[in-house]
Amino acid sequence: MSESVSQRSRIMKRLTTIHSRSQFAEFRPMKQPNPPSWTLKEKISRLKSTMEAVHTEVLLCNDLDFSSVFQRVVEEKGIGRLLYARNTALGSQIYLMKERTPNKLPELATYDESIENWKEQLFSVDASVTETRGGIAETGSLILWPTEEEPRLMSLVPPIHLAVLKAETIHHNFSEVIQKEKWSEQMPTNALLISGPSKTADIEQTLVYGVHGPSQLVVFVIQSN
Amino acid sequence: MPPETMPHQTLSEKSFLEDTAKALKDPQLRRNFKRAMSGLVAKRRNVFPNASEFEGLREQASAVRRKTLSRLPELLELLEFNCERNGIRVHWAETTEEANRIVLDIANEAEVRLAVKGKSMVSEEMGLNAFLEEHGIEAIESDLGEYIIQVDKELPSHIIMPAIHKNLEEISKLFQEKVDSNSTSETAEEMTATARKILRKKFHDADMGLSGVNFAVAETGTLCLVENEGNGRFCTTLPKIHVALMGIEKVVESLQDLPPLLTTLTGSATGQPITTYFNMISGPRREGEKDGPHEVHLVLLDNGRSKMYEDELLRETLLCIRCGACMNHCPVYTRIGGHAYNTVYPGPIGKILTPQIKGIENAGYLANASSLCGACVEVCPVQIPITEILLRLRHNWTHQNKKRHWTDKNRLELLIWNGWKQVFSKPGLYRIQAGLLGRLGNLLPKQTPILSRWARFRSLPRFSKKSLHRLVEEEGIDHE
Ligand code: SF4
Repeated sequence: MSESVSQRSRIMKRLTTIHSRSQFAEFRPMKQPNPPSWTLKEKISRLKSTMEAVHTEVLLCNDLDFSSVFQRVVEEKGIGRLLYARNTALGSQIYLMKERTPNKLPELATYDESIENWKEQLFSVDASVTETRGGIAETGSLILWPTEEEPRLMSLVPPIHLAVLKAETIHHNFSEVIQKEKWSEQMPTNALLISGPSKTADIEQTLVYGVHGPSQLVVFVIQSN
Repeated sequence: MPPETMPHQTLSEKSFLEDTAKALKDPQLRRNFKRAMSGLVAKRRNVFPNASEFEGLREQASAVRRKTLSRLPELLELLEFNCERNGIRVHWAETTEEANRIVLDIANEAEVRLAVKGKSMVSEEMGLNAFLEEHGIEAIESDLGEYIIQVDKELPSHIIMPAIHKNLEEISKLFQEKVDSNSTSETAEEMTATARKILRKKFHDADMGLSGVNFAVAETGTLCLVENEGNGRFCTTLPKIHVALMGIEKVVESLQDLPPLLTTLTGSATGQPITTYFNMISGPRREGEKDGPHEVHLVLLDNGRSKMYEDELLRETLLCIRCGACMNHCPVYTRIGGHAYNTVYPGPIGKILTPQIKGIENAGYLANASSLCGACVEVCPVQIPITEILLRLRHNWTHQNKKRHWTDKNRLELLIWNGWKQVFSKPGLYRIQAGLLGRLGNLLPKQTPILSRWARFRSLPRFSKKSLHRLVEEEGIDHE
């Protein structure tokens, strides 16, 4: 890559020379507008309405009724094969559900090999269920930091994505979460904001859901009792 | 497909004028654009209903971009350092040829035959698809709009909505002829489903994913992509190699700079508070992770940008976040559409960008295609003084060589302005002229020399019998 090295030095030299003899207006850091101060309830309802406006199903539940709500959704959607992560808190819960009432849940699949060996399987599951790291009320977004347990493609390839969001992890806006959680000190290989199912308006501006990614997104917002 | 059938830009004032005239006479095209642009204008208005709030927001976005420019060399070095630390290999290219070569070398080393592409204007600038094709590598566009125009071998007509010039029937016909002869796809839903099926297979098979970059964060070495479809996530996640292409101006300092840029970008572009996906990539697959590319490369392209950086005014071109709002609001673009320009970047941003990338002598004429109404300046989320830059480029174009300045055409212009000066600085002469025009002006035929050139595309104004002076004398001034 020695070519690129010399190109680098030429570009950088040009830029630094120009920079050294140019005047730049003093940059005044803008004061970030204060985030709104919503109650938890307001945050939930803002997230819900914003996400529903873009075709997302948002279901409010609590620790007690989550299983039944979840089972109902899975059944209604006729999911035949569900991808889940065995070793997460959510995963163990689903595993237990399946143990207790095997016929209430579909066949379960786990993403336990690297994509090179698991591609065909991944492309054939009907749905996936994942945890989320948090939510953003203002824009109606889910925050996902894919992990070894829940890899990046889990929220992209299956046609239906079921996501579980703990109500207390909903932030006001993006800026707040970057700051509060000190993202700049710990960025993962991939971080995502997901704000609805995949969509396009490239054909005559007609909105169509489910172009490349999931065509359905269901969010279970869990409020602790 | 043979390279000569690939779309490319042609820079010529003559063909620009011809294509403009042709576009103006195509009612279908004008309907398609008018419909689409009014739609986008309305959507943007809905997401920024409050003018003063929008002003506040764009103050912030503009400040972030201005901060980048005020520290560009340093931020690029920081970006490079942090990307490399994260395992992202950084390459620098002064020209598009060099950038193409870098991508090809990466592809050849890994024996790539098929690449899937997310939307990237820089790759259009490079003519990357054609280049890879020539070297035996198939590069498939996966953004639905880009896919449609790739199938039809066209240039994008809009930087956000590349296939906006086509209507439903046209696309449906294209699908039947070129995508799937058994296709009975007629609705947008059916065609989207057809494309999904075809492209899923491509994602599945591709060895390399190409993408653009909306923002690159220096402090963390993070590449950010904004999209709705999910194809960008596929391209950057599934293939074993990901190559991201970006102009050197796209860097920002910190993660905290992202929120105002993201909001103004998605709001200005498509009137959405946020897009479906905001994808932040800070490195290839790590030990233990099950997916993600094994290699991530970042190509930093200059292609004239460091030259723009030299001048205090022209430098502001580099603030652009490619939202497309300037074209949606441009009276010229809305009427002639994106293809008449024959450039990668059409509309107001294209008029200031192309002459600077391609040279004023080759593309300076584009700066003339504006009424200077300033609609673009009003909506630009990063406050680029587009009209001022246009004026400067016009000046540069006129003065690019002294000879041109003294052609006959300009002698006539000088003569007219001198006459105007005489008349307007001598009250007697002015009165005679006003009187004459009032009485005889409306009798002038459209074919009158000089006038005829102006009247070619316009109707002649009607002169009033009485001058303003006379009216004031007769009627006085109503101070109400
Ligand atoms: S010039 Fe301004 S309005 Fe036009 S694309 Fe760039 S940022 Fe958007």
